[in-house]
Amino acid sequence: MSQASQTAVNEPPTTTTFTETIKLRLRTPARFRNLELALLVLACGIVAGAVALVQLGALDALDPQVLSLAGGLGLLVLIFHIVLRITAPNADPFLLPIATVLNGLGIAMIYRLDLARNDQGWGAASVRQMVWTALAITVAVLVVAFLRNHRVLARYRFIAMFVAIALLLLPMLPGIGREVNGARVWIGLGPFSFQPGEIAKIALAVFFAGYLVSARDSLALVGKKFLFLQFPRVRDLGPIIVIWLVAMVVLVFQRDLGTSLLYFGLFLCMIYVATGRESWVILGVGLFVVGGLVASQTLSYVEGRFNAWLDPFRPEFYEQQGGSYQLVQGLFGMAHGGLIGTGLGEGRPNLVPLAESDYIVASLGEELGLAGLFAILALYLLFVSRGFRIGFAGGDDFGKLLGVGLAFVVAFQIFIVIGGVTRVIPLTGLTTPFLAAGGSSLVANWIIVALLLRLSDTIRSGPKLVVGP
Amino acid sequence: MNKELKRVSFAVLAMFLALFLSTTTISVFQRETLQSDGRNVRVLYDSYSTQRGSILVNGEPIAQSVPVEDRYNYQREYANGPLYAPITGYFTLNQGTTGVESELNDFLSGTANEQFLEQLNAILTGQEAQGASVELTIDPAVQQAAWDALGDQTGAVVAIEPSTGRILAMVSKPTYDPNQLASHDTQAVIDTYEALEADEGDPLQNRAIGGALNPPGSVFKLVVTAAALENGLTPESEFPNPPTFTLPGSTATVSNSGEGSCGGTENATIATALRLSCNVAFAQIGLAVGEDRIRGLAEEFGFGQSVDVPMSSTPSVYPDEMDDAQLALSSFGQYDVRATPLQIAMVSSAIANGGELMRPTLLESIIGPDLETVEEYQPEGFSTPISQQTASTMTGMMVEGVGNGVASNARIGGVDVAGKTGTAENGNDEPYTLWFTGFAPANDPQVAVAVVVENGGGLGQSGSGNRVAAPIARQVMEAVLNQ
Repeated sequence: MSQASQTAVNEPPTTTTFTETIKLRLRTPARFRNLELALLVLACGIVAGAVALVQLGALDALDPQVLSLAGGLGLLVLIFHIVLRITAPNADPFLLPIATVLNGLGIAMIYRLDLARNDQGWGAASVRQMVWTALAITVAVLVVAFLRNHRVLARYRFIAMFVAIALLLLPMLPGIGREVNGARVWIGLGPFSFQPGEIAKIALAVFFAGYLVSARDSLALVGKKFLFLQFPRVRDLGPIIVIWLVAMVVLVFQRDLGTSLLYFGLFLCMIYVATGRESWVILGVGLFVVGGLVASQTLSYVEGRFNAWLDPFRPEFYEQQGGSYQLVQGLFGMAHGGLIGTGLGEGRPNLVPLAESDYIVASLGEELGLAGLFAILALYLLFVSRGFRIGFAGGDDFGKLLGVGLAFVVAFQIFIVIGGVTRVIPLTGLTTPFLAAGGSSLVANWIIVALLLRLSDTIRSGPKLVVGP
Repeated sequence: MNKELKRVSFAVLAMFLALFLSTTTISVFQRETLQSDGRNVRVLYDSYSTQRGSILVNGEPIAQSVPVEDRYNYQREYANGPLYAPITGYFTLNQGTTGVESELNDFLSGTANEQFLEQLNAILTGQEAQGASVELTIDPAVQQAAWDALGDQTGAVVAIEPSTGRILAMVSKPTYDPNQLASHDTQAVIDTYEALEADEGDPLQNRAIGGALNPPGSVFKLVVTAAALENGLTPESEFPNPPTFTLPGSTATVSNSGEGSCGGTENATIATALRLSCNVAFAQIGLAVGEDRIRGLAEEFGFGQSVDVPMSSTPSVYPDEMDDAQLALSSFGQYDVRATPLQIAMVSSAIANGGELMRPTLLESIIGPDLETVEEYQPEGFSTPISQQTASTMTGMMVEGVGNGVASNARIGGVDVAGKTGTAENGNDEPYTLWFTGFAPANDPQVAVAVVVENGGGLGQSGSGNRVAAPIARQVMEAVLNQ
């Protein structure tokens, strides 16, 4: 594939005839989509194999009903693929297969945990996850189909801001806000619950990209030099202060360290890319560290997380309510898996609390081993790198910034949640993109897939055809 | 913008590298620590869900795991539990494990390095891993005979095949039923365990290789005699034979058992002293040979060492830095000399095997789940404490002791039995400890045996080794010879 595209790049336009160019134009996109189709078949094969292994491992028999449900999802992904052939033929060929295989592995593991707990019907997290996956892919298809030009989004940047802030603050409204495991980040309507913060990260990325493109000059050029760094003017500090305040509100009132860190990190990344000023990063990190330190001294839940992180095996932290029990059980699980894992359906991941959501990585580590975790991390890395590629190759600054922002928010979320589970940083309650049980997270991440697909298509369909697959 | 992008992508790469590193640390470098943490119940649960191998005697399981319908999948069952309890030990869910169950846990649970290929095979084929089985050297007929012969006494029996070191019988009483400790009802197990711990008879002690060690009394004269013969004395060497002997540097006296004169001659030869078990003569023999020579030989017999059969025995004791009075007392197995029945059986076994002591063991072979032999235990030398000549001389003297001396109750019709009794004092009003050790047939030894009976065999200070212990040993030896 790469060789074919290299010829496309290397061949000087002057030596090709007009008809050849047309042919090239017609063939190249088909190559992208054909590659995507091949990878999709592979992804569906892996997922079907995983589900079958779970059944064989846990049930010692195959259950065609669940396999056909998973097959239905495969069909849905195929529809996505066809829509891409029509509306975004030049889109990146790796994003959809990676999201598919991760989503499918997640379902297989959640299904495996359901079997261990004997959950069935709507009580089974895997059934709900499959329904949410169907919904999320449908939403993503709609986004790709109807959003033909991403620049439209720049126009709605301030609406995006209000939506983001509203979504973030929604769980604090009495009546619909719900507290789950100490964090108030859920809203509930009847039996449905939703984590609006997940969607807010997309709205925030859109807002930051739009806002920074228009405001970057004043943010980047004006300011006073202090020590070796040029610091922004006080009046330009407005946005960073606002975002910091929002992050602190989430931290203090919603008791959600992870989300708070995620949004603030997203903002810092995007403002740095837009302005090229290290001083923003230093200022921002400083602000967050100060806020975090104050919080760790005053908020007991933050203090508990820090203690559990630093010394999880100490008996009093281990036995403490909200202590390190979950963390340590997750470590036991991963250690038990070792290099090659126990095999799907053969381990005991259900011993860890929240094994299907926050701790799905530990569950996968136990049953697929370090080898499986490396494969998953590699898939994530590839996914994120495709997003950064859009940033490097993007034609317009808004598209570049949005692509980077979306890729970074996925990468940073992965780091926060897996880093928390593996003791790189204190544990925070975030979902693992695509893998973890949770509808809002699935919808949000599939929308990100859709946006990245749209962005990559725009770049390659643009006047300068310089990017390979 | 691309410069900044490059930096951000490096930051993202660094974040992922941190994750690759952290997962590797947990799954590889910290694995052992995490796996051995007591709070990690996975290892425990796994040990239940694999079918643990059996412990076999003559091909028949005396401990095996049978499938049951509960969360632990298998129930450990002990056929004839009390009979084999000192050997098998017990396997509890979470209150510890002892005996062969503990010593060979790696094989039984299937986690031994030797079974790595099988583990891999089980993973690849999706079969459940199974533990290997352990075949013991125990002869069930001999074990049963020893059990029956010991009756309700507190004590132990060890029988060894002298030419190989294979342990044919190991009985300790009182004992317990390991089935009660293998129950899946943890509270019941704890209650049973506490009751056994509190029991005054110490049923959890394996008296054959440990427990509160007893003074060996006159069976220790075998060691002193061997030391004398190895150091230039002969069976005909004579020592004064008065009825009592005043300990050097002391006013205390020692006398022969039953206040006898030990043959009534003015002098006694070593042969006579051993045959009639004369304390007065042996006090002088010990003084003549010297502490260091006796200790040297005792240690070659195994005193002062723990022997893994595979359970570790308590080291038997030959005391240090004795004065002459203490040396005299120790020469007929009193003062601070202490011995396990295993140790005493080893002494007999070495004499029986022409001076070469074979390492005693319970392990015959390890048999994999596919019935292939994983490991076969070969007889292994332990030491050569005495020459062949000394061994044959001593055999002759020990045969005299049974045929014509104080060990008469060990006689077996038509077979020469070599033997030595012991009646050890434990203190002024304490009941005696009664011993017998020996082997048969004397010209072609098939079995060496040691019997200890505590609490005077219920006879206080009126029992003797010949009266109580020798008949038990005789029945054990007969069980071997009748096969």
